[in-house]
Amino acid sequence: MKGGSGAVLNKSMEKNYEGSFHIVGGDFSRAGEASTELKSILQSLGIEKEIVRRASIATFEAEMNIIIYATAGILRYVITPEEIRIIAEDMGPGIEDIELAMQEGYSTAPEWVREMGWGSGMGLPNMKKNSDEFYIDSVVGEGTRVEMVIRRQIFSEGRSNDH
Amino acid sequence: MTVGEIIKNLEAMVITKFLPDETEIDWACATDLMSEVLYYSRDSSVLITGLTKQQAIRTADIADIRVVVFTRGKEPDTPTIELANEKEITLLITPFSMFTACGILYERGLRCCPE
Repeated sequence: MKGGSGAVLNKSMEKNYEGSFHIVGGDFSRAGEASTELKSILQSLGIEKEIVRRASIATFEAEMNIIIYATAGILRYVITPEEIRIIAEDMGPGIEDIELAMQEGYSTAPEWVREMGWGSGMGLPNMKKNSDEFYIDSVVGEGTRVEMVIRRQIFSEGRSNDH
Repeated sequence: MTVGEIIKNLEAMVITKFLPDETEIDWACATDLMSEVLYYSRDSSVLITGLTKQQAIRTADIADIRVVVFTRGKEPDTPTIELANEKEITLLITPFSMFTACGILYERGLRCCPE
């Protein structure tokens, strides 16, 4: 994993911050490190606590999905004064039926993943729940791309718009 | 319920501790499924779990949970304790099962995170 490339942090938030993390599939020992680092970045920018929490949870679920299902993937983030945008792209098996995968409790995770406390079929619904905008695109045999936007205004309208 | 009361009521062994005894904990989340923690928990919750792995600490940290209780006296490995120290998460071990631990805390007024 490489973290926080190109981001120079200060609390003024007058410009945009971008960075990316490379995630290796199956590497449970480092699972969550990318999301934890992003959370630290968001906190260091002085972003409101509940917004940080939502962005961190959405990112963590996306990171876990790459680790559980894909060979490798990349998590990118763009932080602007208006929003936090997180893009997760993986080289994985892809999702055959996205509508089914979005249902709470539906999972194709193997038993060993469940023994680690994951794979309960809440990952994608949780990403959507914590995002103001949620987009998912998947090609079977190639991979999946998830894009999530968390707006930084606390009382934003129209959460979880499907696409 | 305060952290001190949780420790006393659950007869818990304190592995790491970063919160004063009088810190108020408003809700409880009891599960071995980490996505459930992320989906339903609130900050200012205690996580009660039988999953004594680093994943439990990492998940608690992401969800702003500062107190984790491992049930049935299960002791975590060193990397899990080190992570709890690094993330400043108070880590407790209760000899009780998850069912009994939840029953004790419920009886004394602690409630499940509201959905």
